[in-house]
Amino acid sequence: MVTTAAATRRSFIGVASAVAGTVAGGLPAIAQAASAAQGVQVIKFVSSFPMTGSSYGQTSTVVNAIRMALEEADRKAGDFVIEYEALDDATAAAGKWTADKEAENANKALNDPDVMVYLGTFNSGAAKVSIPILNPSNLVMISPANTYPGLTKPGKGEANEPDIYYPNGVRNYSRVVPADDLQGAVGANWAKKLGAKTAYVIDDTELYGKGIADVFVSSAAKLGMTVAGRDGIDGKASDYRAVATKVRAAKPDVVYYGGITQNNAGKLLKDLRSAGVDAPFIGPDGIFEDAFLKDAGDDAEGVYCTFGGVPVSAYTGDAKVFAEKYAKLHGGNPEAYAIYGYEMTKVALAAIAKVNVKDRAAIRDAIFATKDFKGILGTWSFDANGDTTLTTMSVNEIKRTAEGKLEFELIEVVSAG
Amino acid sequence: MAGFEFLLQQLVTGIANGMLITLIAIGYTLVYGIIEMINFAHGDVFMLGAFSALTFLQLVGAQAVRRVRNVDQAPSPETYLWLVLAMILAMVFCAALNVMIERFAYRRLRRGGRMAPLISAIGVSFMLQNVGLYWKGASPVNFPRFIPQIDLVKEIGIDSFVRFTTKDLFVIVVTVPLVIALTVFIQRTKLGKAMRATAQDRDAAQLMGIDINRTIALTFLLGGALAGAAGLVSGLYNNTANFQMGFSYGLNSFTAAVLGGIGNLNGAMLGGVFIGVLAALSDGYIDPRWTPVVIFGTLNLVLILRPTGILGQESAERA
Repeated sequence: MVTTAAATRRSFIGVASAVAGTVAGGLPAIAQAASAAQGVQVIKFVSSFPMTGSSYGQTSTVVNAIRMALEEADRKAGDFVIEYEALDDATAAAGKWTADKEAENANKALNDPDVMVYLGTFNSGAAKVSIPILNPSNLVMISPANTYPGLTKPGKGEANEPDIYYPNGVRNYSRVVPADDLQGAVGANWAKKLGAKTAYVIDDTELYGKGIADVFVSSAAKLGMTVAGRDGIDGKASDYRAVATKVRAAKPDVVYYGGITQNNAGKLLKDLRSAGVDAPFIGPDGIFEDAFLKDAGDDAEGVYCTFGGVPVSAYTGDAKVFAEKYAKLHGGNPEAYAIYGYEMTKVALAAIAKVNVKDRAAIRDAIFATKDFKGILGTWSFDANGDTTLTTMSVNEIKRTAEGKLEFELIEVVSAG
Repeated sequence: MAGFEFLLQQLVTGIANGMLITLIAIGYTLVYGIIEMINFAHGDVFMLGAFSALTFLQLVGAQAVRRVRNVDQAPSPETYLWLVLAMILAMVFCAALNVMIERFAYRRLRRGGRMAPLISAIGVSFMLQNVGLYWKGASPVNFPRFIPQIDLVKEIGIDSFVRFTTKDLFVIVVTVPLVIALTVFIQRTKLGKAMRATAQDRDAAQLMGIDINRTIALTFLLGGALAGAAGLVSGLYNNTANFQMGFSYGLNSFTAAVLGGIGNLNGAMLGGVFIGVLAALSDGYIDPRWTPVVIFGTLNLVLILRPTGILGQESAERA
C-alpha cells in the first residue's frame, strides 16, 4: 500500500516537472548554445545526498571528496568540461532524507539535458524513489553508500525486486560499496564471536534498516542463534524506555540495531543503557559516523559497528594518501563514505573519457563496463547487477582514546565474499 | 521475570513521562481556560527551555556524571547548584518569552475572532522552531547526564525486575511540588482569584476592577515558567534535545489537556498521567509503531463519548 501511494506521488511529481521542464525548456538550450559557441561541451554531474541534519557531517565529506576527484582531473573528461552540483534530499523538518525531495532532485537531473551522471543516493530508501524516475531516460546512477541488497540483487529482497525499479529493463544503477547481504551476515558472525546465543533485533522500519535487520536475523538463525525479540521503532518518538524494558525482560546476549543515526539510534542506545541493558550493541554502517558519537554521548563506548570497507584510521597505500590530502585541503578527516565518493567520481570520469560522447545511454554502458578498475579501494569491477566485486568488510568498535575522545577503531577485517 | 513486574515497570515509565506531559499540558489548559485559545507555540517554548538550560550548563561547565563500571558516580556538589540555577534560568527565560509572545502576537488579535490568534500561534510556533534550529542545529543534541542514575529498588535490598531510579524520582520530585504550588496559587491567592474571575467572565471581571491585560499576561507567565521547568526536566530525564521536541511533546500534552477537559487544571494532570501510562503500555504490550494510533484513537473515543473531556464538566470553575 505504501508503495502504491509513493508511486502515485512520484508520477504526479513526474508530470508536474515534465510540464515545468517544457515551459522552462528555453533556458538550458540557451546555456548550451553559449558553451558550444566557445567550443566547450559541458557534462554535468549531480549528487543527491541528505545535507541537512546530522547526516551533513558525513555527506559533506563525500561531496568534498567528489570535488577533490574532479579537481585532480582538472574538471575534464575526454573533450568535455565537467560541472558538478550537490543537491540535498533532506529537509530540516524530517532531519533526514525525504521521498519528496529525492523525487524532486531526480526530476531536476532528468530534465537538465547536460546531466549525464547522477551521483547518489546516500540512503537506500531514497534510491528506491529515484531509480525508477531516472531509469527510462538511461541516466546512470552511482551510489557511494546504498547497501540495501534488493536494489540490485535478485532473490535478496522482495520477490519483485530489483526488476520493479527498472521499468525499461536495462540497469542504470550501480554502487561502489558492498551490499547488506554481506554486511548483515558479518554482523551476525560478530555476535556469534562475542559468544551470543540470543539477540534482540530492533530496526528503524526503513528500507535499509529493516532490510539489514532481516539479513541479520536469517544469518543468525543459520549460525544457531535465536532471536529473543524484534521491534521496529519510530524515529520521531521522544523516548524508547518501554522498548528498553522489553529488551531487558528478554535478556538477550546482544542487541542488534538495523537503521540509521537519524532515526534516533543515539536515544535508543541511551534508553537501553539507562534501563540497565548492558548487552553489547551491534549496528551497521548506518551508524558508522561521527553524528552517532555525538548523539549517543558516553553511552556510545563499546558499541560495535560493521562497515563495507575499512575505517579511515586503517587506510593504507593510496587510500592513506587520499585521506592525508583530504585533511590538508579541508582541515579535518573524511568520514567513512568519502572515499567511495572519490572512487565513484573517478569511475565516472574514466568512463566518459573512454566513450567521449555526451550521451546518457553510452555513458551508462561505459560505467557498467568498468572492469579491473585500479582505484584507491583496490582493483575491482562492476558485475552485471551494477554491484562492486569488492567484498571487504570490517567490524569496528567505539573506543575512548587517550585524550578521552570517542572514536571508531578497527577490530577485524573480513572478506565476506 | 513475572508479567506483573513487567507491567509495574511500564507503569513507572508511564508515570514519569506522564508527569512531564502534565507540566506542559498545564500551559495549554491555563491559556485555553482564560482566553479560549490554543497556544500552538507552547510546545516550542518548552523546547527553548531545554535549549537555554543546556546552553547555561555548558557555559558554566557543569560537570556531568561519570560512569565507572556501569555505576554512575555522583557529580561534584556544585553541579546541583548549577542545576538549580539552570532551572530558575529556564523558568524565567520561558516565562518572559511566553509573556512577550502574548504581548506581541496575541493581544492585538484578542477581539479579532477565534481564528486570528490561532493562526498567529502557528506562526509563532514556526518562528520558535527555526530559532531552535538555528541555535542547536537540525540533529538531536546530547544532553549530558547530570543526575546519577541509581536503582532505588536495588538500593533498599529488593532484587526485582522493576527499576525505580533516581532519575524517575527526580521527575516526580520536581513536577509534583510545581503543580501543587500552581494549584495553591490559583485557588488561594488574590491574583489566582483574578485569573479565575477573568476566565469566567472577562467583561464582568474588568468591571470589578481587574486588570485584564495583566491577568492574561500572568497566565502566560505561569504557563511559560512551567514549560521552562519541563524543558530542563526533559533534558535531564531524556538526555537528549532537538528543535522538534516541542512538536512531539506538545502534541502529546495538548492531547492530554483535551482528554482531561481543556481549561481544567485537574484535567490536565489526569490527562498527562493517563497519556504517559497509555503510551508506555502500548509500547510494551502492542508495538511502539502503534502507540500514536492508540493515543489518538483513545482521544477520538473520549471526545465522541464525552466531548468536553474526562473532567470537562467542571469547566465553570476552570482556571
